[in-house]
Amino acid sequence: MQLQQGARLPDGWVESAPAPSASPWQPFVRFLYKTLVIAELELRKLRHDPTELFTRAIQPAIWLLLFGQVFAQARGIPTRGLRYLDFMVPGILAQSVLFIAIFYGIAIIWERDLGIVQKFLVSPTPRAALVLGKALSAGLRALSQALIIYVLALFLGVKMNWAPRALLGVGTMVILGAAGFSTFSLIVACVVKTRERFMGIGQVLTMPLFFASNAIYPISIMPHWLQVFSHLNPLTYEVDAFRALMVAGGSSEFGLPLDFAVLVGLTTLLVALGARLYPTIAR
Amino acid sequence: MFGLLGPNGAGKTTLIKMLTTLLPPTRGTASIGGLDILRQPGEVRRIIGYVPQLISADGTLTGRENLLIFSKLHDIPREERKPRIDDALSFMGLVDSADQVVREYSGGMIRRLEIAQSMLHRPRVLFLDEPTVGLDPVARNSVWEHIAKLQSEFGTTIFFTTHVMEEADALCQRVGIMSSGKMAALGSPAELKAVLGKDDATLEDVFIHFSGDILDTGGGFRATATGRETARRLG
Repeated sequence: MQLQQGARLPDGWVESAPAPSASPWQPFVRFLYKTLVIAELELRKLRHDPTELFTRAIQPAIWLLLFGQVFAQARGIPTRGLRYLDFMVPGILAQSVLFIAIFYGIAIIWERDLGIVQKFLVSPTPRAALVLGKALSAGLRALSQALIIYVLALFLGVKMNWAPRALLGVGTMVILGAAGFSTFSLIVACVVKTRERFMGIGQVLTMPLFFASNAIYPISIMPHWLQVFSHLNPLTYEVDAFRALMVAGGSSEFGLPLDFAVLVGLTTLLVALGARLYPTIAR
Repeated sequence: MFGLLGPNGAGKTTLIKMLTTLLPPTRGTASIGGLDILRQPGEVRRIIGYVPQLISADGTLTGRENLLIFSKLHDIPREERKPRIDDALSFMGLVDSADQVVREYSGGMIRRLEIAQSMLHRPRVLFLDEPTVGLDPVARNSVWEHIAKLQSEFGTTIFFTTHVMEEADALCQRVGIMSSGKMAALGSPAELKAVLGKDDATLEDVFIHFSGDILDTGGGFRATATGRETARRLG
């Protein structure tokens, strides 16, 4: 098949390719810009139809209002000096972030079935920017959950830490957690490729990640084998950071630098892997 | 304008996916505008536009937003974005519905929006995978009218697949007929009809002839037709 065109461009032609710039930062700036465009797209979608944000609020509300109220009566859980509800609120935030992120792959498969993914892949956008843009938008969605959980916590009388640095830390961790787990979800979607298979796998992944973490009980009360698994579970480090930053008097078990390092490392690794796999979903 | 014909499963979409850098060829390569699809996929993506078979505009966004996002992804300079988007909207007859969400568009309007989206960066080759499938005759005509206008105004090469022989016959300077993953025939509609040796042969006859058993009937012709045509520019 010959698709060679003559050297002469037709009349009325506008060359749109931007002139290459001398700055060594140019590729990096371009990459960041494209990432933000993808995130902008997702935000615009959300602005047109924000109902999702409210329906998403139901699950954490149920956990805090039903499960939390009952378990607050149990005295056997070592919570390092916190009331049980205060102990649980950071865990529920991590859970909401995880649930939002882990089913992100469904949207990817949906977009593939429609041909949207294909169209993005044919545009001159770095693959990693497509993946990171999606991850970032999952993070922004998850931020809205954080807002809802702060409101719920206030309502339940949980003493929150309002220091700006703490809030900033929580926000950053919400975005990191959602970005990491949503990219994980994207990778799963690229492997399984159909919605039916994904739904099954999504369920299988979420529950162990959640229960084998320190979200609603400390690791110390787990059987030994589960403790090992929990220490390998990135959600544990996310919860640990929330626990140190969200509630008044909270403290970190592993140290904030380790918590953030785990999540940054995980997200970077997954985005790199996702960028390699993302084009395969369109084939 | 180049029309790619062939029965279902002949490999038309696969060929388009390879040419648009979505799918690496198992062997061989191709070049578009002098750029190699395997060695320079990034550059190829700058000079092509692609409209997939299925509806691919974002239903939750407005038409204008769909165009805005793609103008950004295609690196169209900020000051040019608005005029180009306005141009594209009026060109495709979508000015009145520009700020409506795409979910409320008709099938024909969505197709025109998608073509507008894929033309914002003025590609040299535009790939359309069955652009009129599922459209009523009125919508179909309006889509083709806009594509033809686009081609005459910007000189874009249009590469499309279709099952409707009349479309290919009326619009294409060249057509290719694929069968079981191979190009069974390549030439202008008139040349291909002449091969059958009947006075009143239609493109449909040609299609049936070549999409059958290519080993028996098509091989000899393929060599001559491609040989004669390679020099000529597509479209």
